[in-house]
Amino acid sequence: MSARRIFAGPARLAAIAPCLWMVLFFLVPFGFVLKISLSQTAVAQPPYLPVFDFTQGLAAIKAAFAVLSLDNYRLLVSDNLYILSCLRSLVVAAVSTAILLLIGYPVAYAMARLPQRWQGIAMMLVIVPFWTSFLIRIYAWINILQHDGLLNQVLLALHIVSAPVVWLSTDSAMYLGIVYSYLPFMILPLYASLAKMDPALSEAASDLGASPQQTFWLVTFPLSLPGVVAGALLCFIPILGEFVIPDLLAGSDSMMIGQTLWLEFFTNKDWPVASAVAVVLLVLLVAPLALYDRLQRRQLEAAR
Amino acid sequence: MTDEPATSEPPLEVVAEPARPAPPAEAADIPLLRIEAVVKQFGGFRAVDRLSLDIRAGEFFALLGPSGCGKTTLLRMLAGFETPDEGRILLDGWDIAPLLPHERPVNMMFQNYALFPHLSVRDNIAFGLKRAGMPAADIRTRVAEMIALVKLEGLEKRKPDQLSGGQKQRVALARALARRPRILLLDEPLAALDKKLRESTQAELMALQRRLGTTFIIVTHDQDEAMTMADRIGVMDRGRLEQVATPRQLYEAPASRWIAEFVGDINLFEGEVASREAGRLVIATRDAGSIVVAAPLQPINKDVVAVAIRPEKVKLSRRGPASDDADHAHAINRLEGVVTDVGYLGGLTTYKVKLDSGAELRSSMANTARIDIDAYSPTHRVVAWFTPDDCLVLEQ
Repeated sequence: MSARRIFAGPARLAAIAPCLWMVLFFLVPFGFVLKISLSQTAVAQPPYLPVFDFTQGLAAIKAAFAVLSLDNYRLLVSDNLYILSCLRSLVVAAVSTAILLLIGYPVAYAMARLPQRWQGIAMMLVIVPFWTSFLIRIYAWINILQHDGLLNQVLLALHIVSAPVVWLSTDSAMYLGIVYSYLPFMILPLYASLAKMDPALSEAASDLGASPQQTFWLVTFPLSLPGVVAGALLCFIPILGEFVIPDLLAGSDSMMIGQTLWLEFFTNKDWPVASAVAVVLLVLLVAPLALYDRLQRRQLEAAR
Repeated sequence: MTDEPATSEPPLEVVAEPARPAPPAEAADIPLLRIEAVVKQFGGFRAVDRLSLDIRAGEFFALLGPSGCGKTTLLRMLAGFETPDEGRILLDGWDIAPLLPHERPVNMMFQNYALFPHLSVRDNIAFGLKRAGMPAADIRTRVAEMIALVKLEGLEKRKPDQLSGGQKQRVALARALARRPRILLLDEPLAALDKKLRESTQAELMALQRRLGTTFIIVTHDQDEAMTMADRIGVMDRGRLEQVATPRQLYEAPASRWIAEFVGDINLFEGEVASREAGRLVIATRDAGSIVVAAPLQPINKDVVAVAIRPEKVKLSRRGPASDDADHAHAINRLEGVVTDVGYLGGLTTYKVKLDSGAELRSSMANTARIDIDAYSPTHRVVAWFTPDDCLVLEQ
């Protein structure tokens, strides 16, 4: 009843704006993509058939509808390329998220235990890379990792290696790039959940006979789980669709689904298949997105 | 509380303590806890300043003081969360300063309870027992026992956020007592409860302490709480113990002017010793004329002193005590003035009297009759009187 009252009158109008935005800029374009994914590729402008022409009357539109098919989706299932790139995306996203968690948790834990005035500075240091363009930072990594780059120069000078090592165009370089780029998204939610934890809780655990390790695993870690899940999803979801980092840093022998999509769209000019890949990617993301949304809602309720 | 006698079983050591060497030879009369010249410094600030204190086994001891006086720091040193910079803390004659919190046979009840929010009531209470490696069956028995002790039956599966403030307080108490600590430390245990609940909980805590025989050390800034519950009170100020005494001694014979003012209400008049006679001193006060007081046991060395009278020792009347009244025979001190302020508190009424000399005198009198035709109102002229024995002489 109170909810209904809140959304009465002018407040209801205010709620319409975001809905309108979503319909115009998300739902309608998605309808286009869905329609294209059901069409056939053609050497034409636009490069697919059928094209709905509303000037030709109802019968023509009915005929156009009849031509739509799931052929592109059948192709996605039958051709290894798509399944493999889907799988690779999932693996890369999962492995990256695991590495991010292993690095991010200790950093966030240390930040939360700094004296209050240092916490703000630490937070700044985590955020400061965002002030430079993401693309420039990835190019900087290319510079560091390339054949005569900084890393090889240092390793050679220190006589750790005798010949330059191939770093660029490897999975290691890609993971490095992903972990580097997404670390703040992992650290910030973890830090938020660790910083708001009452220090008396770990004192109580140790007072009751828990060793420092037991205190961490029995009290601190379980209570930071909302932050862990939030950080993991915040990284996993965008990494799954990542295109730029694997394209610039990884080798060309295997592709993530974002790269496949780009290839179909720009190189093969196969809009219908590219659209089908886009729809599949979206479906892949629905589960983790729904999970994240539920978590956010629960935290909002808990905060109330 | 259940009716089983408290002493039926010996206190069981939950923590399998390593075999310790026999206590030192002079063990016979060592206190349970001895704090020896302990210093704790935070930066340049001395939170605890060369403080020494003995606490006997089975005692209910209160550390009382204003906020920032170092009482919580002292408690945290006993729990092991802070290490003393100097001095020793001896439990049963053995220095526990090097022991980490989880190695000490001491438990603490935290100010905001610090219950684990992800664990049920049962698991909160069992937490310390599990860490001690107690067999599961024994844990179940002990937890049930603790739940009965604090009357939380039926709430075992609740999470802390499904409990009321009073219930949380009981869980915290049960959790801290479950390991049967040698000493239970309580950090402002009742501060988060409302007044009614606080009073009933005070009584329960006292009964519990007597039943279990566990030594309780409570930190509080609430003097009523300390007075009601504790066997002895240590009053702290600026890192030092100002006085350690029973509640009655503390109130009726405060060691200093600061304590007299800190504990309860008091009227203070500064003055000089004008004459000394057998058992009596006459103090010429600056604001209230001459006051005759009983000579204290310790001889007064200074000339400038303060006379202190608790408000309830000051009686008001319209004409002053009748000289032939036996009760009033000693009422040598008579001060006249006008009532300026009346505060009716139910059980008693407090009065402020502006003396003819200009000073203010506070009095409080019990409302012993339901209908008091003799009640005073502002502007009434009264005589305030008290005996020499009702007065204290404080040097500092």
